[in-house]
Amino acid sequence: MSDLVRTEQGPLHAAVVVIGGGVSGLSAAWWLARDGIDVIVLDKGIVGWEASGRNGGGCSHYQSPLFEEEQRLWPQMDELLGYPTEHRPERIIIQRQQHALDHYRQVGAKCREMGWPVDDLDTKQVMELVPFTDETCLGGIHLRFGGHANPQRTVQAYAWALQDLGGRIFQHCPALSIETAGGKVVAVNTPRGRIACDHLVVAAGPQSGQLLAPLGVHFPVTAARAEMIVTEPAPLMKIGGVDGNGLYGRQTLRGNLAFGGGPHEWLDTLPEGPPGRPGSPLVRNLARRVAEMFPRAAGLNVIRSWAGVIENTPDGRPIIDRPSDPGNVTVCTMSGVGFGLSPATGHAIRDLVVEGRVTFAEISKLGLARFANLPTDWRERRGWAPPPALAATEAA
Amino acid sequence: MTANPIVDRYDLTDKIPAPPEHFATVVVGAGPAGCAAALAAAKTTGGPVLLIDEHPVPAAWMGTDVPFVVGGRMTNAVQNPARMIEQLFATNPALEAVFEAGIEVRLGTAAWGLYRNQPGMVTIPQPMLALADAERAYTVGYDRLVLATGARDVMLSFPGWNVPGVIGAQGFYTLAARYDAFAGQRVLIVGTGALALATAQVARDKGLEIAGFVEIADGAETDVAAYGPVHPGTAITGTTTGIDGVTGTTLADGTHIACDTIVMALATSPSVELLLAAGINPGARDDTILLIGDAAATRPDMARLANWSRALGAHAPADTIVCQCEEVTRGDLLGVQPPNYLPRPAAMQARSLATLLNDGPAHPDQIKRLTRAGMGLCQGRRCREQVACLLAQEQGCAPDKIPVASYRPPVRPIPLSILADWQEAEAVVQGWDVWFGIPTQWTPYDIVGTPDEESHVSRVGGYSHV
Repeated sequence: MSDLVRTEQGPLHAAVVVIGGGVSGLSAAWWLARDGIDVIVLDKGIVGWEASGRNGGGCSHYQSPLFEEEQRLWPQMDELLGYPTEHRPERIIIQRQQHALDHYRQVGAKCREMGWPVDDLDTKQVMELVPFTDETCLGGIHLRFGGHANPQRTVQAYAWALQDLGGRIFQHCPALSIETAGGKVVAVNTPRGRIACDHLVVAAGPQSGQLLAPLGVHFPVTAARAEMIVTEPAPLMKIGGVDGNGLYGRQTLRGNLAFGGGPHEWLDTLPEGPPGRPGSPLVRNLARRVAEMFPRAAGLNVIRSWAGVIENTPDGRPIIDRPSDPGNVTVCTMSGVGFGLSPATGHAIRDLVVEGRVTFAEISKLGLARFANLPTDWRERRGWAPPPALAATEAA
Repeated sequence: MTANPIVDRYDLTDKIPAPPEHFATVVVGAGPAGCAAALAAAKTTGGPVLLIDEHPVPAAWMGTDVPFVVGGRMTNAVQNPARMIEQLFATNPALEAVFEAGIEVRLGTAAWGLYRNQPGMVTIPQPMLALADAERAYTVGYDRLVLATGARDVMLSFPGWNVPGVIGAQGFYTLAARYDAFAGQRVLIVGTGALALATAQVARDKGLEIAGFVEIADGAETDVAAYGPVHPGTAITGTTTGIDGVTGTTLADGTHIACDTIVMALATSPSVELLLAAGINPGARDDTILLIGDAAATRPDMARLANWSRALGAHAPADTIVCQCEEVTRGDLLGVQPPNYLPRPAAMQARSLATLLNDGPAHPDQIKRLTRAGMGLCQGRRCREQVACLLAQEQGCAPDKIPVASYRPPVRPIPLSILADWQEAEAVVQGWDVWFGIPTQWTPYDIVGTPDEESHVSRVGGYSHV
């Protein structure tokens, strides 16, 4: 065991310590390492073990200020990282209910307005592009941009690419406390010792709030569990990024249909991470929606399900910011929509760390300032507190 | 604190329906242990008892080695459900007694999920077992759950183990003894322990030829020599095949043995995936769940399996399949290489399990994500011990230190249309959103903070994930 853990000579130091080996933290570290900056990434477990490795893999976020950078980077990511991400371009969203179709037609119109090509599809066109559906599909939209990738493969690709540039990743190494001096962060204390740093990036998902509170940074996030199901492989569709009917997901390049959606369960956040990622009988509701969306694939076996724990901010939008106090900390949560945007998120964090501002996009509305007057009971006001049974159990 | 707490209509609270049926005792597995438990429960505890068994399993499952590794050696008899049910009764007299006692028995019914609250989940209204037959999926409530789910096959890989004719001891027993539907004639048995001996006895009872026993140690563990020639101190190095699969095997000492079936009889592992998938430690005391029979046995001796893994591995070239579902080779597993439909640039090829282990102990689930080993339809039942042995070997640790690869519901493959809840509650329909149902999450950035924001938010609702 001891020879598995790299023994460091002398005191540990990095120019930047990143807490959180998810996609945002790893992408940030990779961007920093590309500039020759010495980075250490800390993860409480294995990289990408939480929401970064357990999501639908979509890369098409027109609502984000990082959208253009997301679109610019994804087609290059395999080459830039040197490892396969399984990225595939384009997406199709299909619907069986008129109100949902109308809604997504508006989304398509908005994207076109922004200069991104979207085709409206009728039933016949959908059936040509999506062989698993049938006449019950009313139509859809075809995004001729965006796409999807394999979250687990991408997380590891960031990690490996970072290491190839000399960056270090300490797995099974949670941040225990953050040390400050003279109004600055000077080190992070871990089970492997004190790691001195010049700058700290906190991208620790649900745990970020608890980590940042002692620094006087109020970072409002709360987490919930969401679930997905996976079928056995099916013949490959021309475009694997097809979803709709209340679901998000994709057909993997292996052929599996992987889809999630529907109710979530709000959780308390423990410093060590979630106690488990249990599944619920919601798999049956997911199966129903996949069977409805793809009637011609309804005979496929569901071979597993999974669950992930995802944090959200009060408005569901990301926080990417470098607070003025302490001045050498950059914070990030993507509020449940982080995987696809991660190439751009890392770039934004790199810019904040190195330049003090984001050079390629205007992201001021993603700052912490918007939560300055947030009431302390913001979770309860949204019904986002864990159900009482859990609270009672934990109090006992 | 407030009289009317604000409710998130999109959260899971009150959306999981209570099971439509409830039994005082539900017994899973109608083998001798399960039948005895059902009879005892009916006599002593009172209240309705349900006994379920997934046998006779659908022929399609057998084609994928679920739940036992039958290696394609079943006869056409398995296509005939009525005959299969007859066989179940003929080979298990206790089943008749259970019926006579008026106990509700559902055959051809698989348990694919066990749901109850646990840390991180409080939304399950009551403990429930999720079942499926050829027609539908449903849940049943229970006061007491008895798991008599038996044990599954443990397989290790060697060159050719992925061709028809290589089967597990449980698969062999099920086909030969329970179903009377075994298509082979001449069996070679891998191992010489108690399981190999029991396998030989079944083979002899069924009038099959025993081609011999393969043993890596210098002598047999039990008195199997009475059943056939023992080949000690050797290992399988190759398999000869014909149109119907295995025709023979080659040993390290050069011996060639003609056989149509190779039975892996090294170990079985308790079938506790229902518990593991529910986050329940099978070893923990539990007042409502009882494990009995083979399901209550301990995990197989991993050190012994590791010895076999090393002995077989010494003769296994890099292209030897480890995971049959996903066709992952030994070389790609040790190299943590992606499947062959993805590119392998130079940096990727330079990576390996050895470099990955520099970052800390590996988890089989991580290896699964990278290589797809264990990611298939059988949820790694055919390869998890082999993967654990290889990880331990590379890591230089004891194989029982490797975490158990996760199981997830459904622990049996269930078609979408069967698994689907076609009668879901209105609360689910009304409380369904693609993602979290946070409308502001999808507001285009350019209108955030502008007068248009409010109308956009009210127009899109939460339903706009792309």
